[in-house]
Amino acid sequence: MMKSVDQKDLLFSREKAVWMYQKMVEIRKFEDRVHELFMKGKLPGFVHLYAGEEAIAVGVCAYLSEKDSIVSTHRGHGHCIAKECDLKGMMAEIYGKAAGLCKGKGGSMHIADLAKGMLGANGIVGGGFPLAVGAALTAKLKQTGNVSVCFFGDGANNQGTFHEGMNLAAIWKLPVIFVAENNNYAEATPFSYASSCTDIAQRAAAYNIPGAIVDGKDVVAVYKAAKDAVDRARKGEGPTLIECKTYRNYGHFEGDQQKYKTDEESRYHRDEKDSITLFRNYLLKNGLLTEEKLSAIDSSVENAISEAVRFAEESPLPSEEELLADVYVSY
Amino acid sequence: MTREISFSGAINEAIRLAMRQDENVILLGEDVAGGAEIDHLANDEAWGGVMGVTKGLVQEFGRDRVLDTPISEAGFIGAAVGAASTGLRPIAELMFNDFLGTCLDQILNQGAKLRYMFGGKAQVPLTIRTMHGAGHRAAAQHSQSLYAIFTHIPGIKVVVPSTPADAKGLLLTSIEDNDPVIFFEDKTLYTISGEVPEDYYKIPFGKADVKRQGRDLTIVAIGKQVHTALEAAEQLAEMGIQTEVVDPRTLSPLDEETILASVAKTNRLIVIDEANPRCSMATDIAAMVADQGFYSLDVPIKRITAPHTPVPFAANLEDLYLPSPKKVIQAVSELLGDESISAI
Repeated sequence: MMKSVDQKDLLFSREKAVWMYQKMVEIRKFEDRVHELFMKGKLPGFVHLYAGEEAIAVGVCAYLSEKDSIVSTHRGHGHCIAKECDLKGMMAEIYGKAAGLCKGKGGSMHIADLAKGMLGANGIVGGGFPLAVGAALTAKLKQTGNVSVCFFGDGANNQGTFHEGMNLAAIWKLPVIFVAENNNYAEATPFSYASSCTDIAQRAAAYNIPGAIVDGKDVVAVYKAAKDAVDRARKGEGPTLIECKTYRNYGHFEGDQQKYKTDEESRYHRDEKDSITLFRNYLLKNGLLTEEKLSAIDSSVENAISEAVRFAEESPLPSEEELLADVYVSY
Repeated sequence: MTREISFSGAINEAIRLAMRQDENVILLGEDVAGGAEIDHLANDEAWGGVMGVTKGLVQEFGRDRVLDTPISEAGFIGAAVGAASTGLRPIAELMFNDFLGTCLDQILNQGAKLRYMFGGKAQVPLTIRTMHGAGHRAAAQHSQSLYAIFTHIPGIKVVVPSTPADAKGLLLTSIEDNDPVIFFEDKTLYTISGEVPEDYYKIPFGKADVKRQGRDLTIVAIGKQVHTALEAAEQLAEMGIQTEVVDPRTLSPLDEETILASVAKTNRLIVIDEANPRCSMATDIAAMVADQGFYSLDVPIKRITAPHTPVPFAANLEDLYLPSPKKVIQAVSELLGDESISAI
């Protein structure tokens, strides 16, 4: 029997909680499976996994509507899933198959689904800031009430586009939320070496906008910060920078030996700061979901991922005409 | 109805007509309005771009649609890409094409690639207007002609008009086009004038214009070098040599057919391109004709380009840097093996 909970004390509904938990598990299991498939030599190219950072994409996207836009990074699978991109289409894209969301022509680093407001993963670190600003400019000039979110890693906060994007968004009071996913390593280089600041959020002060620091392993905390920022953006008060402190379970890319990490930090994040375990405990403590329900979600997601892999493996390769298609709308 | 207006007036008129027709068209760039948020500055005193090309537009369309940007090219060119892919139809002004270095990623890896990478799902109806060209004594960082760099990039269309009427019709096509277009404006052409229709008209991409008919020699020339070619052709005509001058107008797409047809008629080809010679349009067009029109040629192809140097400041050196009618006539003399041919 589920305990009764006073819903008004909680930030979100039970329905939303189920969605959030499911999306976090989808990301984790999707990435764990991609890792396995890569190790077996089944996947071509470069793959950067989001496992460990689930709470950020899910906490932010839980407060967005389908019409809001997000701009992602090379580590983008989690953002796609949180913005409700189709798992089968994503997996097929990572396989480079015709049924992929981008017909197999983008791959892991360029998954997009514009109909879902997912404006694309991006292979260029820092490439997304101006794009998110542009999507927000559209929202402002067309008065749609939509917001755009720019996810980026700590490696991007030293790019000029970070500063140019934040400044433009600030002077034009655009509805953008800049979400830093500070996993402490840009490839193999520690944040403390590469950045002159101790926190990315400090840099908000230079652009006269709010800068918040949240525990990026805590999806409830991320949700709360995102809610404040999105509400502010929708009211026309301009952009916010949210820095989420996090840690990635895998390396920079698949094949990375990760020798720059310490055993202690890896153990800590695995045993004490796992975002899914933390959220599970939160849901149980607040009586939002039972063990049975959580386990049912876990196994249904497991099946969905297996189904996605089967779908991707059975999909044909893109036809050869696809080489020349889609360069221009018309030429 | 046509009347004589300037090259810059023709561009201004095209933007005005496009903005009247489609409310999604916006103009953004450094000082495209000018003096944003200065209380004592009336809109009719605002700059309208460093060369005044967009003057008066802010008065008609307001500062939400004629948007001054900070000097922040990666930021606003990239924002224009993002805005284009989400429902606006921006015209972004990259003041000088030489500033490409500050924002290349947003053009090369974002604007040009989104459609292909996303399997045809994205559309980027963006026009980037940019100034190019030597002869203004503007020195090495404000005088280059970098259209070949953009022509090299799949996913972008490249337009280089040579006359006011072409500028207006091609700019309207650029703005209506659903792909990213980079539109080159030679700063030394802004003050030339010509007959321009008053109405809204479009000139298709990939259609070269034969600016002068001739049977003895084909000159393909780009941008203001079309005028160099026409001047040389006048002089050559006095010596009995009839020159055909082909203006490709768009470099991507390139009208190979018209160039090859002209060479098939004249059997001789000179390409004039004021950009640096290596990996240039002159080299590209010469290679295309060598590949597809070799048996039409009576003599080797000649390329008249800038030397492989930056643009110098000193007037005499800059004049030496640029192609000229004299250099063209010298080339014709060499091609025909006739030393009696020389510039007047």
